[in-house]
Amino acid sequence: MPFPDRIERTVEIAHPPANVWAALTTAEGLSAWFGQEAAIDLRPGGSAWMKWDSGHTADMRVERVEEPRVFGFTWHIFGLPDDDPRRTYVEFTLEPTDAGTRLTVVESGFAQLPDGAYRTAYDGNTQGWASELGELVDYLDAAA
Amino acid sequence: MPRPDIEGVAEQVFVALADPSRRAILAELATGGPATATDLADRLPITRQAIAKHLALLTVAGLVTAEPGERRRVRYRLNSAPIQVAQQFLAALARDWDTRLDALKDHLERRARGSA
Repeated sequence: MPFPDRIERTVEIAHPPANVWAALTTAEGLSAWFGQEAAIDLRPGGSAWMKWDSGHTADMRVERVEEPRVFGFTWHIFGLPDDDPRRTYVEFTLEPTDAGTRLTVVESGFAQLPDGAYRTAYDGNTQGWASELGELVDYLDAAA
Repeated sequence: MPRPDIEGVAEQVFVALADPSRRAILAELATGGPATATDLADRLPITRQAIAKHLALLTVAGLVTAEPGERRRVRYRLNSAPIQVAQQFLAALARDWDTRLDALKDHLERRARGSA
């Protein structure tokens, strides 16, 4: 069974990159097609959020801002507990074309498991992890 | 070190959930908390013997954990970690970029017409 880690789509848009960039990276743009309300601090490390009438909120962290070519952010994996550290990375790439813009979106990281989840999710491997962690503790002790 | 098999974990969850009796047991543990096989047999229309069989399978799959309960009875507790792995699988299916990108195109069309 293949685990879906990475989603990729490319679409041709009949509008110039500047318009697409504004739709992706401004509160006005995002709230018009993605969320119903949005805010964004457009710089690497800046925070952004979107809200929907359903009450759902998405918190994002801006990662890459290379106007008008690359915009990337990370956000929470839907359905995981709020305090779960796992996030997927979404990157939009804009290429100018004769007709407008070729937009590619890649979202990756659905198949990631942090160490804690490896230990609990994979019971059959508990022994292996116990010895790995023992080695880590030994290493840290030696380094201290 | 053998790499933990995320696909295998997700597959075990989906196999476990494919059976209505196991779904009922997991739902009961989720809503009512840890329980013994006897508790579950009292609450669900499933025989004690079938419950024991399903609990054994769910334990191997990592979906429930056996722990000591009162009067030395084994209690079973739901373990959410494999469920979260399955949730990640479902989250990828539910992202729905196709609909979102259609909405983006519609937005740009409306905006261009509005400013024209």
